[in-house]
Amino acid sequence: MDPSRKRAIRLTVALTVALLLATALVYTSFHAGRDEVTASQLVHKARPGQTYILAGTVLNGSVKRNGGVLTFRVRDPKLKMSVPVRYTGEIPDPFAPGRGVLVDVTEGTTAASTYIGQANSLTTKCPSKYQAASGSY
Amino acid sequence: MAYVLVLVVLAVVVFAISGPLRTVRGPEDRAGEAPDVAELEAARDAKYREIRDAELDVRTGKLSDEDYAALDGSLRAEAVEILHQLDEARPGEQVPSGS
Amino acid sequence: MASAGRVLLILCLLSSVYGLGASLYGVRTDQHEWVDSGRRAMYSVFGMSAIAFVILDVAFISSDFSYNIVASGSSTTTPFFYRAAAIWSTQQGSLLLWVMLLTFWSSLALLLTRRRVREIVPYAQSVLFGFAIFFVGLIVFFANPFAISANPPSEGAGLDPLLRHTTMMVHPPMLYSGFTLLLVPFAFCIGALISGRLGAEWIQVTRRFALAGWLCLGIGLLLGARWSYTELGWGGYWEWDPVENAALMPWLVCTAYIHSIMIQEKRGMLKVWNASLILLAGTLAIVGDFLVRSGILSSIHAFVSDPTLNVAFVVLVSVMVLGSVWLVTYRRDGLSSEHRLDALLSREGVFLIQNMVLVALTAVVFWLTFFPLISEAITGTQVSVGPPVFARFVVPLALVVVALSGIGPIIAWRRVTVAKLKRSFAFPVAVGLGTFVILAFVSGVTRHVFAYIMFGLGAFVVGTVAQEFFRGARARRAMTGESLGGALVALVRRNRRRYGGYLVHAGVAVALVGVAGSTSFQHQRFATLKPGQSVHLDGYTFTYKHPTAVATAQKVSFGGDVAVTKGGEPVTTLHTTYGLYPSQDLNAPVGRFLNTSDGAQTESRVGLDSGALRDLWVVISPNLGQLQGLVSEGDAQIAKALNAAESLPAAQRAGQLNTIFQLRDILINELAQRFVTHPWASTFLIEVSPLVMWLWIGAIIAALGGLIALWPVPRRSRAGALSVRRRPATEPAASPAPEPEPERERELV
Repeated sequence: MDPSRKRAIRLTVALTVALLLATALVYTSFHAGRDEVTASQLVHKARPGQTYILAGTVLNGSVKRNGGVLTFRVRDPKLKMSVPVRYTGEIPDPFAPGRGVLVDVTEGTTAASTYIGQANSLTTKCPSKYQAASGSY
Repeated sequence: MAYVLVLVVLAVVVFAISGPLRTVRGPEDRAGEAPDVAELEAARDAKYREIRDAELDVRTGKLSDEDYAALDGSLRAEAVEILHQLDEARPGEQVPSGS
Repeated sequence: MASAGRVLLILCLLSSVYGLGASLYGVRTDQHEWVDSGRRAMYSVFGMSAIAFVILDVAFISSDFSYNIVASGSSTTTPFFYRAAAIWSTQQGSLLLWVMLLTFWSSLALLLTRRRVREIVPYAQSVLFGFAIFFVGLIVFFANPFAISANPPSEGAGLDPLLRHTTMMVHPPMLYSGFTLLLVPFAFCIGALISGRLGAEWIQVTRRFALAGWLCLGIGLLLGARWSYTELGWGGYWEWDPVENAALMPWLVCTAYIHSIMIQEKRGMLKVWNASLILLAGTLAIVGDFLVRSGILSSIHAFVSDPTLNVAFVVLVSVMVLGSVWLVTYRRDGLSSEHRLDALLSREGVFLIQNMVLVALTAVVFWLTFFPLISEAITGTQVSVGPPVFARFVVPLALVVVALSGIGPIIAWRRVTVAKLKRSFAFPVAVGLGTFVILAFVSGVTRHVFAYIMFGLGAFVVGTVAQEFFRGARARRAMTGESLGGALVALVRRNRRRYGGYLVHAGVAVALVGVAGSTSFQHQRFATLKPGQSVHLDGYTFTYKHPTAVATAQKVSFGGDVAVTKGGEPVTTLHTTYGLYPSQDLNAPVGRFLNTSDGAQTESRVGLDSGALRDLWVVISPNLGQLQGLVSEGDAQIAKALNAAESLPAAQRAGQLNTIFQLRDILINELAQRFVTHPWASTFLIEVSPLVMWLWIGAIIAALGGLIALWPVPRRSRAGALSVRRRPATEPAASPAPEPEPERERELV
C-alpha cells in the first residue's frame, strides 16, 4: 500500500478513536456525575425527601460536637449566607472550619431549617492546599 | 548583623555577576562550540547508541541476522557520514577515531 | 534577620530582572559575556534564596513567633523535625521553597550547558528567569514570609496534625522538585524554538532533567499515597482528588515524553510532538501548583477569594499556552520529520501508540478534574464526579499502557520479522496467559474481570523484563566469559537507559497489580464495638480487646487494641488511636483539649498489619459524647476559677493561675482515663485489602529503575564504546553506501 495512504488511514483511525473517547467522556460526565448544590441553591430548591450533595466551606465558629452529633454551618461561596447541618457518622480528619466539604443532606423535620447529613457521607477536600482561610464571609 | 550580612551578600553578588563583564575574553572563550558541531555531536552520539542497540537486539534475538546486517550497515554508513561532517565542521581539530 | 531576609528577596527579584535583560541583550548583540553574567545572576538568585530560606527555617526551629508564619504554622511543642519542615506547610514558605528549587535546578542546567548549545541557552536562561521573576514577585509583593508582628504571641498555633507525618513532610519538596525540574526542558525547548536550533541537542542536554522530574514527581505521588493510606482515616491511598491529579497529569505527559524523545534521537521523527509534550508538561506543572494553592476547584467563586494570586497564575499559564502554540506553529517547517514511520509493528510504532494512550489518559484526568468548573460554566450547577467515573475510563486505558509496556521491550527498532516476534513473545505471553487462566479458574471469574486482566498483563510484563535481562546477560556472557551474575551487572551498567527503563516497566506493572487487587477485592465495614466484642470480615475476626488513653501537653489520644484471628489462630494485634490537638478556644479551657469546640484538630493513627498478600487495617472513631457533660462542667468550674484568679493581686495571681492550670491538666487526664476505666462503644472502620504491599514494592522498583536510567555512564565507558573507521578526507565522496569494513570493539554489550 502507498505509504501516504497508510499514514492517512492511521490518522483517520486515531482521530476516530479520539473522537469516540471524547464523546464517551463528555456524555458520562454529565450523566454519571452528581449535581452539587450550594447553600443558597439548597434553600431555594430543596424538597422534602430528596437528597442533595451540599458543597461549600465550613463556617468559622459554627462547629459544635454534642455527643456523637456534629453540627456545623456550610457557607455559600457567593452570597453571605449559610445553612446548618446536623450530621452523625465518620468525621474525616481534615474536617475543620474553613475547609471545603461535601455532604449528602436531606431537609430536616426539626426546627431552624436544619438539614440532616446522611451518615458517613461527609467528605473534605485534600488538606494540602495552602488556601487563605475562607471560613468567614 | 543583618545589615552586615546583606552588604556582604550584595558585594559578592555584584562581584560575581560583573565578573564576565570585567574579564578580557580570549578567542577560545568566545568560540565555545559552533552550533553545527553541537548538533552533529548530538547526532553522532545518538547514532552510536543506535548501533549498540541494534547489536544488543540481534544478540538478544529480537532481530534476524539478515535484518541486523542491513540495519547495521546503514547505521554505520550514517555514522561515517556524520563523522565526515564533523571533520568538515571542525577542520583544525583531530577527531579521535573512537569516542 | 527578618529584614535581611526581605532585602535578600528583593535582591533576588532585581537580580532576576537583570539576568533576564542581560541574557536577551547578550544574545541579540552577540556578546556572550552578558549571557555569562546572566548565568551568574541565576547562581546568585539561588544563593540568596537559600540564605533567605535558612533564615526563615532558623526562625521556625527556634520558635520565633515574631514571624507571623511561624506563629501560624508551628509551636514550641512541635517536634524538631516538623518545626524544621513546617516552613513549607505555609503559602509563603512553600513559595520560597519553590524559588529555591527552581533556581537550583536552573543553575545546575546552566552550569552544565555553559559551553554547549550556545544559541539556545540565552533564551532558555531568559525563560527560567521569567519563572523566577514571577514566583519571587509573588513572594515580594503578595506573600511575604518575613512579615513581623509587633506583639508576638507566646505560643504558636502549631502544625496541622495531619502534616505531622514523615512522608507528608518529604512529599512537598519532592513534588516541587518534580515541577521545577520539568521547567528546565520546557525552557530549553522554548530556547530551541526561538533560536531555530531544532535538532536533538536541546533534548540531549535536558533529558536527565526531564527524567529526574519524572522520578521526583513519581516519588512525591507515592509518598502522598502512603500518607493518605496510613494517616487519613478513610482507608485509601488515592481518591482522584484535584490536588492528587495536579501532580499526576504532568507525570503522565512526562512519561510519554521520555519515551518519544528516543524516537527523535534515533530517527529524527516526532519533533512537533516532542516539543508539544514538554511544553504541555511544563505548563501542567504550573497548573498543578496553581490548583494546589488556589482552591479554584472548590468553586469558581473561590477564584475571587484570593484574586491576586489566582489572576497572576492564570496570566502565567495563558502566556505559556499561547506562547507555546505560537512558537510551535511558527517553527513547524523546521520541526518536520526527517524520516517516516517504517511500520507500526516496530518499537517506534509501539511508543507512538503508548504516547497517544498516555495523552488520552491525561486528557481524561484533566477533563474530569476540571469538570465541576466546566459544568458550572455551562449549566450553572457544579457536577461532582467521583472515583467510579474516573475508573470507568482510566482502567481500560491503564490496561493498554501496561500491555504496551510489555510489548515495547520485545520489539526491535525499525522492523521486526514474524518469526522473531513469535520467539520473543512466547515466554511472556505464556506467563501472562497462564497467570490469567490459573487465577480465573481458581477464583471463578464472575466480577472484576479487569482486575484479572491486569494480573495477567502484569505477569506478561514481568515475564518480558525477566526475559530481556536473561537474554542480555546470556549474550554478554557468551562474548566475555563472565559469570551470569557478573554479566548481568555489567549489562545494566553499560546500558543503563535501557535496563533501568525495563525495571521501571516491571515496577509499574507490579504496582498496578497491587492497585487492581486492593481496589477490586477489598472488604470493608463499619462496626460499633464495646470492649470484648468482635466482628467478622473476609474470614478474619476482629476483637476489640481494650481501650487506651494518653494525655500529653500536645494532644489527647484515645485508642484501642484490636486482636485479629483467623480460624481461631492469632494473626496479629492492631493498635489504633484518635488524637485530639487543642484548639485556641479559650472559652472552653477543658473542652478545647477534648474536641468539643470549634477549631479542634484531629488525627487518626491506623492500626496496620501489612503482609505480602493482604493488609489488615483498622481505625477507631471514639464517641466522646459520653464525656460531654463532664467536660462542660469542667469548663464551667475552670472558667469560674480563672475569673476569680483575675481579681487577685498580681503577686498571688500567677501562683493561683499555675495551680488552676495544673488542676485542669489533672482533670483532662482523669477524663481521658474514663475512656479506659468506664469504656463505652466505639466505632471502627475495618478493612482487609489484598496486595496493597505490591503497590509500594512496585513503586520502589520503578523508582530504582528510574535512578539507574538517570545515572550517567562513566566517561571511560562512553569513550571506549565504539570505533568506526572513516575514509581519508582527501578521498572524493563516491557512492552513498559506506565502503570500509568498520572496526568494532568488543565492549558493545
